[in-house]
Amino acid sequence: MQFRLEKRPEPSKAMLYLTPVGAVLATALVGAIVFSLIGYNGLGAVREIFLTPLLNPLKWQDLAVKSAPLIIIAVGLSIGYRANVWNIGAEGQYVLGGLAGTGIALLTRDMSGPWILPLMIGGGVLGGMAWAVLPALLRTRLQVNEILTSLMLTYVAIQLLNYLVIGPWKDPMGFGFPQTRMFTADQMLPTIIPRTIVHLGVPIALVVAVAAWFMMSRSVFGYQVKVVGAAPDAARYGGFSVNRTIWLALLTSGALAGLAGVLEAAGPFGRMVPSFPTNYGFTAIIVAFLGRLNPLGIIFAGLAMAIAVVGGEVAQTTIKLPAAAVGIFQSMMLFFLLASDLLVRYRVRFGDRTVEARA
Amino acid sequence: MSTELLIAVIITLIGASTPILIAALGELVVEKSGVLNLGVEGMMLIGAVVAFAVTFATGNHWLAILCAAIAGSASSMIFAFLTLTLSANQVATGLALTIFGTGFSALFGQAYTGKPIELFRSVFPAELATHPVWRLVFGHSPLVYFSLIMVVAVWFFLKKTRTGLILRAVGENDLSAHSIGYSVVLTRYAAVAFGGAMAGIAGSCFPLLLTPQWAERLTAGRGWIALALVVFAAWRPFRLLAGAYLFGLVMTIELYTKASGSTGFLPSEFWAALPYIATIVVLVLISLRRSGQSAAPACLGKPFMPAQ
Repeated sequence: MQFRLEKRPEPSKAMLYLTPVGAVLATALVGAIVFSLIGYNGLGAVREIFLTPLLNPLKWQDLAVKSAPLIIIAVGLSIGYRANVWNIGAEGQYVLGGLAGTGIALLTRDMSGPWILPLMIGGGVLGGMAWAVLPALLRTRLQVNEILTSLMLTYVAIQLLNYLVIGPWKDPMGFGFPQTRMFTADQMLPTIIPRTIVHLGVPIALVVAVAAWFMMSRSVFGYQVKVVGAAPDAARYGGFSVNRTIWLALLTSGALAGLAGVLEAAGPFGRMVPSFPTNYGFTAIIVAFLGRLNPLGIIFAGLAMAIAVVGGEVAQTTIKLPAAAVGIFQSMMLFFLLASDLLVRYRVRFGDRTVEARA
Repeated sequence: MSTELLIAVIITLIGASTPILIAALGELVVEKSGVLNLGVEGMMLIGAVVAFAVTFATGNHWLAILCAAIAGSASSMIFAFLTLTLSANQVATGLALTIFGTGFSALFGQAYTGKPIELFRSVFPAELATHPVWRLVFGHSPLVYFSLIMVVAVWFFLKKTRTGLILRAVGENDLSAHSIGYSVVLTRYAAVAFGGAMAGIAGSCFPLLLTPQWAERLTAGRGWIALALVVFAAWRPFRLLAGAYLFGLVMTIELYTKASGSTGFLPSEFWAALPYIATIVVLVLISLRRSGQSAAPACLGKPFMPAQ
């Protein structure tokens, strides 16, 4: 049988939203086969990774808490990626957000009041943003590639974290452990559903996604971002400043990664520890693509990825699947999604119709 | 500083530079063909775990390097198929390859935690390297000589051979190369496969040349530094050599401050962050020097779309 590709006059909307689902299903199928071949319980792995977190109500709170930072970071990244601005250093911006929040928490440790937490969150946002300033400055002023600078700064951020928790910020009562003291009650995110771990960061993530969707689809800024990404020359001709868009895209993604960082620090962690960088910044890159760079799509993609993360933890204990397997599932999802992009732009025609086409 | 110590420092420096030099040489050829593969770090990790496993099982270092090259090349074919055949986004696909390689190496590497292997040392008879100065010539691992030979080989290939000329043409103007009958896609497949093999060999340097222990993410971002180095070198092999040794120097400072325990007036974390800070500084310096005019291949990162 022969087939050929025919360019669609317009990218297919149906395919745009169906292909991520297809990518997840293909990942489950191929994952089951591959992991069986290398000597693990492949079907069990797929069941534990993709289904157990959904079917077991006890895991739902984990899904909410794990998806919140992924959604917040991915929404920020998606804005940049739309503008062809490739911030891949969200992990570092996330760390800086956490560090800035922690710094404020340590300064205010003897104080109390409802103003402390908002101050920490504001500090976290600024911290993440500050870590994106250098890539933005270098990209707009000197055409230095932001992919490399933002990523290099991630490694610097992790060293900064290590320095602070081993050095000046170490808890004097912490028996020598490299960690800060616990945050006080006024410095922690409140839980919003009693007797669960679901904290304020979860609704914040939803608000961020909806606000970003509104901004991207209904505002001039959103339009500008898309034009700069798709056709920078047209954007220049139309009077949009490419540099200003790059600045805004990088600062927004940095700010949101910082927000996710401070919410994690003041939420699940409750203090700063060396294990604070948990790869959310990198996983969110996959989430952004899986959500088709659309903030509403990212809510679902974040949830899907959280299922894989929580399921991966389940599979570690129940069927002894190594933690690293989740990374393989995640990258497979992205591979399948990128492969299926072709279906969005092209139609596959079966049969030999070259004669007609030539006529 | 005594001669002994100086020579020890230089040998450390060359060792630290070798993996980034090998990986960067591969990526240079890939980018010259107009493709940007950000999966270097992932392919290096795959090469590292394969080299470790083969050395552990057979003790044969040559076989380990060969297998690492094959594994790196095979993994680069995922990237090539997605970006060249299906014209997927190169940046996203490269990132996916890095995430894949990280997971792959962690999955297969965990069995080797705490099981040391033998380093791949000099193949010359020890008598040749008794004098410290002779050690500089004969005291290295074959991987080091390989990296130096490849600098010349890549330069010769790109500048002096017909195939190298075609590869550069494909990277500078894919449509013209296509219209005079060269296969853009095949040329790029070959370049990506070569880049993958080099990244795999670069990965094998970590267990065979630097630390004979398995550790997750043992490449620690060196693949990304290799990518920066290609920009730094303005896509020229000999400048790549100079750049790689410059980075080797920075990393050697880190190693020695860690080993001696005296970190000077700055905390040890600063020295650990230094290679990454240096990368940013270097990127800034080149862009200042170049004053707007880019040395990058014209088609770098753009999908090949012949008119239909």
